[in-house]
Amino acid sequence: MTTVQFLFYAFAALSVLFALGMVLNVRNTVAAALCLVVTMVSLAGIYVLLEAYFVAAVQIMVYAGAIVVLFLFVVMLLNLRHDDFSPSRQLLVKAGAAVLGVVALGQLLRLLRVSLPEAPAAAEGFGGYRMLGLTLYTDYVLLVEIASLLLLAAIVGALILAKRRVDR
Amino acid sequence: MPVAEIVKTLFILLVAVGALAPVITWIERKQSALMQDRIGANRADIAGITLLGLLHPLADVLKLLTKEDVVPDGANRVMHLIAPVIAAVPAIIAFGVIPFGGTYSFDDITVNLVVADPDWGMLYIFAIASIATYGTIIAGWSSNSNWSLLGGIRASAQMISYEVTMGLSLVGVFMVFQTLKLTDMAQAQDTTFRLFGFLDTLFGLPVPAFLDWLRLPAWGLFYQPLAFVMFLTAIMAENKRPPFDLPEGESEIVAGYHTEYSGMRFGLFFMSEFIQVVVIAALVATLFLGGWSIPYLSQETIIGGVGSVFGTGFATGLCVILHFVSFLVKVIIMIWVQMTLRWTLPRFRYDQVMDLCWKILLPLSIANIIVTGAVMLAIQGQP
Repeated sequence: MTTVQFLFYAFAALSVLFALGMVLNVRNTVAAALCLVVTMVSLAGIYVLLEAYFVAAVQIMVYAGAIVVLFLFVVMLLNLRHDDFSPSRQLLVKAGAAVLGVVALGQLLRLLRVSLPEAPAAAEGFGGYRMLGLTLYTDYVLLVEIASLLLLAAIVGALILAKRRVDR
Repeated sequence: MPVAEIVKTLFILLVAVGALAPVITWIERKQSALMQDRIGANRADIAGITLLGLLHPLADVLKLLTKEDVVPDGANRVMHLIAPVIAAVPAIIAFGVIPFGGTYSFDDITVNLVVADPDWGMLYIFAIASIATYGTIIAGWSSNSNWSLLGGIRASAQMISYEVTMGLSLVGVFMVFQTLKLTDMAQAQDTTFRLFGFLDTLFGLPVPAFLDWLRLPAWGLFYQPLAFVMFLTAIMAENKRPPFDLPEGESEIVAGYHTEYSGMRFGLFFMSEFIQVVVIAALVATLFLGGWSIPYLSQETIIGGVGSVFGTGFATGLCVILHFVSFLVKVIIMIWVQMTLRWTLPRFRYDQVMDLCWKILLPLSIANIIVTGAVMLAIQGQP
């Protein structure tokens, strides 16, 4: 086993282990969120093994660093409990999760039967910020602009919702 | 070569964590005493020798190590124990990508005075900084104390806000140096530029001869003065030291997130703040003050000048020492600046901290990016 393979299995095991830890930690939301952080960081490790360095750094900065901090912020402020959700809604969530789980499992089983071709060698500068930036802002500039417009709409919407509560 | 990396790591740990950080605790006490017209730390002594109070860091460590390590009732034991480690480790490993010297080639070996030199060095620093937030949040949450929880919540909101401006304020610097690699940035600053050169590159005006003679070191500080102020503010807020110490806020919430910590676990939070002061100083020195470079005396000049008399090998060796001393001097100056700010400014109110981040620093940093981009487009990449 090469070092890369060993690291891949180590990171994969970590991410699966802590993903399970997150799901099973229903009593303790903060611990669940922290398990999510470890999962995110191990995914970043796998991205590094794939030579996607920029994505790895952004994965830690945005997902592990910012988004889960926001989760924690909300959890600590609101102190939500399991029974704060109505039973019918819980049932809906569970049904949706079951459907998604079956679909994901089916995809996985399908992938197991497909033999993947040998991966081509990565291009020069692959995974770096230069190539990513060039591709994003030349070939896919329209999609980037649409995505940023969506985000802007979300920000404005959040502001309006927050302001309405203050005014009342 | 792993041996070289291990030697460099040990060297960094010895200088930055082992020597500089404890000395900073002494500087902090002495400087505050000086500014408040007191005598300052002078009691710790060995057989009557006080060394100007330099023995106090030693006494601190002894005291913290021998104190009882209390885990409060009802606290989440595991998280209470790991929180200080999560706070301290990112501060230490951030040194990994900061160059403390340039690249030197002796006869057959090339020495690069940085532990790791990835292409995405600055992104690594940002990623590390965002992980450091968890130490504070977990400490606040796991202590089972309202003061700690309030401190943790304050810390999470403050640190996440300033991370945004910290990143955006540096984009202008990345644009100027065209890289995210810290070694390349330091290398790019080892030269000078014409102070009034913008007159002919930007406006096509002839530069008078008596002005054309003036040159400045090509430091980030002179290319991006606004970014310097914004980055220093944001990263100091990220470090949670006064005037941004709302998460501690001892006049309101006892000691904030580390209220329930004692002994060396408190010591780790304490040390991580001081180590971070060194990290900030080293980062600002590398990004804005030319890193290891000596103003007006580039590496080629030294090797060319001294090398012609004493041989290239001796000149390169001299370069290594001079550059390291230059870097150390810049780091110490930036530490002094941080200390002075810490003892000069009163603590912000919480809404003022948030206003400063979202209403002043964020728009300014975006404006800085636009202006930098426009100017660079106008001169088409010419310095």
